[in-house]
Amino acid sequence: MSIGTILRPGLTLLLLALVLKPAWFAPVFAPLAPQGAPVIYERASLLSLSLSHLGLVAAATAAATLVSVTLAILVTRQAGAAFRPLSRTIANMGQTFPPVAVLALAVPALGFGAGPTLVALFLYGLLPIFENTVTALLTLPPATMEAARGIGLNRWQRLVRVELPLALPVMLTGIRLSAVIALGTATIGSTVAARTLGEVIIAGLLTNNTAYVLQGGLIVGLFAVLIYDALVQLEAYLARRTRG
Amino acid sequence: MIEIERITKTYGDVHAVDAVTMTAQTGTITVIVGTSGSGKTTLLRMINRLEEPTSGEVRIKGQSTLATEPHLLRRRIGYAIQGHGLFPHYTVARNIGAVPELLNWPKAKIRARVDELLNLFSMDPAEFRHRYPAELSGGQQQRVGVARALASRPDLMLMDEPFGALDPIIRARAQDDLRRIHKALGSTIMLVTHDMEEAIRLGDRVAVMDEGKLIQHGTPAEIIAQPANGFVADMVGDVERPLRLLSLIPLSDLVEDGAAPGDALPAEASLRDALAACLWTGRNAVPVEHDGAVVGRVTFDAIRARAQIHP
Ligand SMILES: Nc1ncnc2c1ncn2[C@@H]1O[C@H](COP(=O)(O)OP(=O)(O)O)[C@@H](O)[C@H]1O
Ligand SMILES: [Mg+2]
Repeated sequence: MSIGTILRPGLTLLLLALVLKPAWFAPVFAPLAPQGAPVIYERASLLSLSLSHLGLVAAATAAATLVSVTLAILVTRQAGAAFRPLSRTIANMGQTFPPVAVLALAVPALGFGAGPTLVALFLYGLLPIFENTVTALLTLPPATMEAARGIGLNRWQRLVRVELPLALPVMLTGIRLSAVIALGTATIGSTVAARTLGEVIIAGLLTNNTAYVLQGGLIVGLFAVLIYDALVQLEAYLARRTRG
Repeated sequence: MIEIERITKTYGDVHAVDAVTMTAQTGTITVIVGTSGSGKTTLLRMINRLEEPTSGEVRIKGQSTLATEPHLLRRRIGYAIQGHGLFPHYTVARNIGAVPELLNWPKAKIRARVDELLNLFSMDPAEFRHRYPAELSGGQQQRVGVARALASRPDLMLMDEPFGALDPIIRARAQDDLRRIHKALGSTIMLVTHDMEEAIRLGDRVAVMDEGKLIQHGTPAEIIAQPANGFVADMVGDVERPLRLLSLIPLSDLVEDGAAPGDALPAEASLRDALAACLWTGRNAVPVEHDGAVVGRVTFDAIRARAQIHP
């Protein structure tokens, strides 16, 4: 029995309790809250903040996946090879731009709320997925690709039946990195009024309430760890199915 | 019938294949043999248009291969390669059924065909159908690769060093399998190898290539007995020449009445096998059996005399 088989359900239960029954933890966090201040965040339900946080991350990662994978497919075709360096540069720029700067620039255009956060998470998510998908598509087993052509699959059939399924595990690694980065980055979305778990942390910072900061931080951290772990499991399962 | 006419492929200054003209009769095995880089693979890949020729033409049953779209052409031509190229994410059954699926065969027919092929290659369908390629031995992967190429009963099969990655014992068995299956199916096969031994064992016709050119095209006996030039002679090998010749002749050709001591050899065994048996056990003749009954003998002297007659 591995550590994971105990830790995984344990952490899942802890996360559920933190989100659904925050009052249970009042004795734990009490010493960290300033005298007379509330210990548990009650201005919004943690469940609805969590769902909105996860929703933003899921939407941004899905959009980044769609765009990155499409782009990666195009630049790994013979006709698109010339655009590979350019597209890499663009994806890299998305990564080097600080998310705070993206928020600041996007607010005038999109207003306060979820919009700017989605844009920042989306731009941030592009690079890992794009790089991994390009690498996976360029390093497929040559004998398999030769056979795929040789038995008469056309381009589309080769892409859908062979290339994408074989690239999937490595592609998924990129999606996992993007999703976990987005989970953390989404917290700063609260500064422009997106509803995320960052709200709890920022409220804590503004009122010197370490209990809030810890509460919000723990929930975000646990989500990140568990989602990371679930995707690692999925990758391992897919890699086992497609091992050469 | 496959007609290859002055087919040429150049990469920059390199003549990978240089004006090769060759005809393969329906139902025969033609083995293309040559050293590495002699253009064998390029020649083979131009037949199913994985490579487009710089000039020249290939006709299958009188029709130019240019008349059909490449991927549709390839579905009619079996293709097996070194390192098998199986789809790692498909089961054995889906791998073998890949081409019939492309051709929209009904599911039940594909299933029956997959089981038939697995049986033909001595792999129990119930045991192997649902396995993934990674769960097979190298020899089994290779057999599935060849089964996939055969699945839609193509008239023409192209095989590029199909047994190149196998160890000698498994390779000999795979070669025997191929001969047996070829006899049963009667398709036309073009097979590439760098191994003259394999060419002589498998080929009805052997085509020797060097630096993109077809040097000699003939029966194995012609290649051995009358090599067109020094290169072909080198490929055959001086020392092995008489033995290679003997390996082509079955005992049934020389069997005579009379008794001989020791274990009998089957009538389909070659004179080389009989010679080895004579030398190893110090006999002057070996008994020959057919369907379990001794039908005569082959003598050491007769083998020696036969080795001196070059066709
Ligand atoms: N795609 C290619 N680009 C450039 N040169 C090639 C290409 N394919 C083959 N060649 C060259 O053509 C010659 C014949 O290659 P090949 O047909 O693979 O030989 P063989 O199969 O007999 O080893 C070699 O010199 C090889 O380097
Ligand atoms: Mg080759």
